Amino acid sequence: MTENSITVEGLEQSFGGVMALAGVSFQAPEGLIYAIIGPNGAGKTTLFNALCGFYQPSAGSIHFNGHELCGLPPHRIAALGMARTFQNLQLFFNMTVVENVMVGCHLRARTGLLAAALRLPRIRREERRLREWAHVALALCDLADRAEQPAGALPYGLMKRVEIARALAAKPRLLLLDEPAAGLNDTETLALRELIARIRASGVTVLLVEHHMPLVMGISDRLLVLDYGSVLAEGTPAEIQADPRVVAAYLGGAVQYAV
Amino acid sequence: MRLAGFYLFAALVALLPVLFPDNYFVIVIGASAGLHVILAVGLNLLMGYAGQISLGHAAFFGMGAYASAILTTRFGWPSLLALAAGLVATGAIAWLLARPILRLRGHYLAMATLGFGIIVHVIMVQATRWTGGPDGLAGIPPLNLFGWSVEGDLQWYGVIVAAMLLALWLALNLVDSQVGRALRAVHGSEFAAQMMGVDTGRAKTQVFVVSALFAAFAGSLFAHQQAFVSPDSFNLTISVELVTMVVLGGMASTFGAACGAIALTLLHQGLVVFEDYEMLIHGALLMAVMIFLPQGLFVGLSQGAQRLWVTLRQES
Repeated sequence: MTENSITVEGLEQSFGGVMALAGVSFQAPEGLIYAIIGPNGAGKTTLFNALCGFYQPSAGSIHFNGHELCGLPPHRIAALGMARTFQNLQLFFNMTVVENVMVGCHLRARTGLLAAALRLPRIRREERRLREWAHVALALCDLADRAEQPAGALPYGLMKRVEIARALAAKPRLLLLDEPAAGLNDTETLALRELIARIRASGVTVLLVEHHMPLVMGISDRLLVLDYGSVLAEGTPAEIQADPRVVAAYLGGAVQYAV
Repeated sequence: MRLAGFYLFAALVALLPVLFPDNYFVIVIGASAGLHVILAVGLNLLMGYAGQISLGHAAFFGMGAYASAILTTRFGWPSLLALAAGLVATGAIAWLLARPILRLRGHYLAMATLGFGIIVHVIMVQATRWTGGPDGLAGIPPLNLFGWSVEGDLQWYGVIVAAMLLALWLALNLVDSQVGRALRAVHGSEFAAQMMGVDTGRAKTQVFVVSALFAAFAGSLFAHQQAFVSPDSFNLTISVELVTMVVLGGMASTFGAACGAIALTLLHQGLVVFEDYEMLIHGALLMAVMIFLPQGLFVGLSQGAQRLWVTLRQES
């Protein structure tokens, strides 16, 4: 397969006796929006944490960008082109918005401790470049006018946007969005939908965990349904909505929202 | 403009001995405050920016001091070479220590660094053959900078102030760079920092070593300035005082740490006249600052001044 697709095979994640992921397999094709849905506790965030190296999977394999990810630490996985946002905000509240996004550019920066301490000319150039890159990511997320504000002073919806800008600043091939619409109002959700569409248009593969069914069904190319750590179904939004098992286990009345 | 505060501060400390010539208080206490500034600014990189506590920082201060003392008195090394050797040795020890110790967090890290500080202090007291034991080492030759032998209070003031300004400049540069942002990211959310590609283990190790180097540098200067070292200058009380300086001035602010170091040095001098009550007043003042200015003296007061300024402008 191509570089930006991710292939997961037989992924297992157990915590003590609890099997949070019981052999999950799927393939998210390049350049598409691949959503992962399921009831609370189905293992969606666990799956994300395993993909990005925060957990060490008990078994299985994750193949991305020509590498096996199992066993790699998060910063190495990030270097292969994966970025993510978090269900519970993980902003750097001790920094401004633009500084947050500049940290997102870390992998594109060449810095040395000594060079930075001595403020060599190349560090000055690097600083300017990082700031420019950060502003590009901020503009993409409609945050340009918030650049110099402390990250903690923003309304919740914008904080979630800063997380997306920070992840995009890394120029990822694969972006993991963990419940980006949680806590957003309808207007913000609509703007988010446009933003995710723009991200896909730029060639980034998106993995989306989300509970907001109109958003998921409207924007995803394919879906994976998890239940109790196992794959319940996989397919296009239309197929998923027509699947009686999914309807029974999870969607219920949500089918009527289908776009 | 980025360094406007720095230049202002540099001009101020350079002018002090001109404005107050032959003033014992300015020259001697000023030099002592300068050493404390180097220590506090270094510790602040670790504590204020990277969010890792060290309750054993006096150990690195002591290592630098004893390296200079032992190498110059017992082996007759030139003072600059001894200083460099002290930096290399302290940096190496800090590096070896960093990986295992910085895996710990919060209280556990505090306990581990505390233990390290105590071990180093015990070695200073017990390894009598090298360190002179509790009596310390006397007769340390003056610092020799390429033929210039630093002697007298005024010359020492100049050397220490120059060293302090160098430390401040390095710290300010470091903080305002991608390296510094990565450190603050570790403090803000270690998981998110890792996902941005920051090797957090490496970043923490680096800042721990840098912080130890600042302390060792101050230690070498201290040993030559005093011409004498003893374990009492590097015990747990000193470690706690260094932490107090950082917190008192304001965490995650280089000038805050410097301000805390100066304030605490002056406080000690000012309270000497109260003798037995010194610790009592000292403690009460610290509690008052923590209650009323929890962000620290420097950060709290400068934010207050900013708010006042904005209010005044709106009213006029």
